[in-house]
Amino acid sequence: MAALGAPLRTLRALLRELRHAAGRSYRDSPAYRHVLAAFRAHRVTSEKLCRAQQELHFQAATYLCLLRSVREHEALHREYHGKGERSPQEVAGMVGFRLPQQPGGKG
Amino acid sequence: LWWTHSPPTRLPRSPPAAAGSGPVGPCGRRAYAPPAERKRFYQNVSISQGEGGFEINLDHRKLKTPQAKLFTVPSEALAIAVATEWDSQKDTIKFYTMHLTTLCNTALDNPTQRNKTQLIRAAVKFLETDTVCYRVEEPPALAELQKNEWDPVVTWAEKRYNVTIGSSTSILGPNIPASTKETFVSHLASYNMWALQGIEFVITQLKSLILSMSLIDRHITVEKAVLLSRLEEEYQIRRWGNVEWAHDYDLCELRARTAAGTLFVHLCSESSTVKHKLLQD
Repeated sequence: MAALGAPLRTLRALLRELRHAAGRSYRDSPAYRHVLAAFRAHRVTSEKLCRAQQELHFQAATYLCLLRSVREHEALHREYHGKGERSPQEVAGMVGFRLPQQPGGKG
Repeated sequence: LWWTHSPPTRLPRSPPAAAGSGPVGPCGRRAYAPPAERKRFYQNVSISQGEGGFEINLDHRKLKTPQAKLFTVPSEALAIAVATEWDSQKDTIKFYTMHLTTLCNTALDNPTQRNKTQLIRAAVKFLETDTVCYRVEEPPALAELQKNEWDPVVTWAEKRYNVTIGSSTSILGPNIPASTKETFVSHLASYNMWALQGIEFVITQLKSLILSMSLIDRHITVEKAVLLSRLEEEYQIRRWGNVEWAHDYDLCELRARTAAGTLFVHLCSESSTVKHKLLQD
């Protein structure tokens, strides 16, 4: 079984990611309710190494990784790849020039 | 381009699979290429249960696949996750972040028109060029790193599936015996068509059958699988430095896709029932 750490930690991080994803009404979102219900259902078990519990924990950790990576990827995209082209004024300014003013407009 | 002319009142379609994986249309343009970013045109996302499975509703309209089939998934948890993807879009719909939706579309539409046997064959073929079996001889630090990190996974796979795999430093790669391939073929045949689409997707992302099986069997986490897949890159990053807009960008994207694929496989191949044990008074 993969080294996953404490289920509570995964659950808390997952709920935090769902909060980022959903916005205002995150507590009513189906995902939030489903995750909480699933964790509650699997909490009580008489076995020390409950396979279903471990499977659920792995699934939760995978979903957490998905949400986190998508958020980080989007942030990186916005930061580095989402800005589009610079205007001619900006480009001129980068090398210390200014575009000439043409009082009558171009051409 | 057909999608830019579609009026907003039309029934909503989720985007086709990512640009890299579609058949090319007769005019040379990809027939299954994704559209540009669309504005978010719906307020509420909800799930309903139909005859074929669970459906996604954007406001009152039912979601459809790019080939206009009704979007139905067999698992409720998967439907919830897809609905969350749609609900987390802000002003514009960023299709490239909606990996689970894309996987469901691929499973429903099957744009490459492969049957189960072809999918399995494509997956097992990767074993001949499996990343963890291809070793370098120099630099010695990298060779050592590969031995320490990859040998345990190969050993695990050999023990778990009772096969011989080995590794190789030659350019031809390892010599995989036919019995090994047969074992994997029959193991993969036990998964249904949807799960197989997911498995083949994960293998293509990680460039390794062994790492994918190790992930699907829950032996390693997604982060670890991605790290092992990118071992040489990580080594070079440690040596020469990290470039955020390239390395981290690719890392996050690979993690997202691999996590989506793994989750997809598990949600499509499980049937969860809660067994209540009787309490003894």
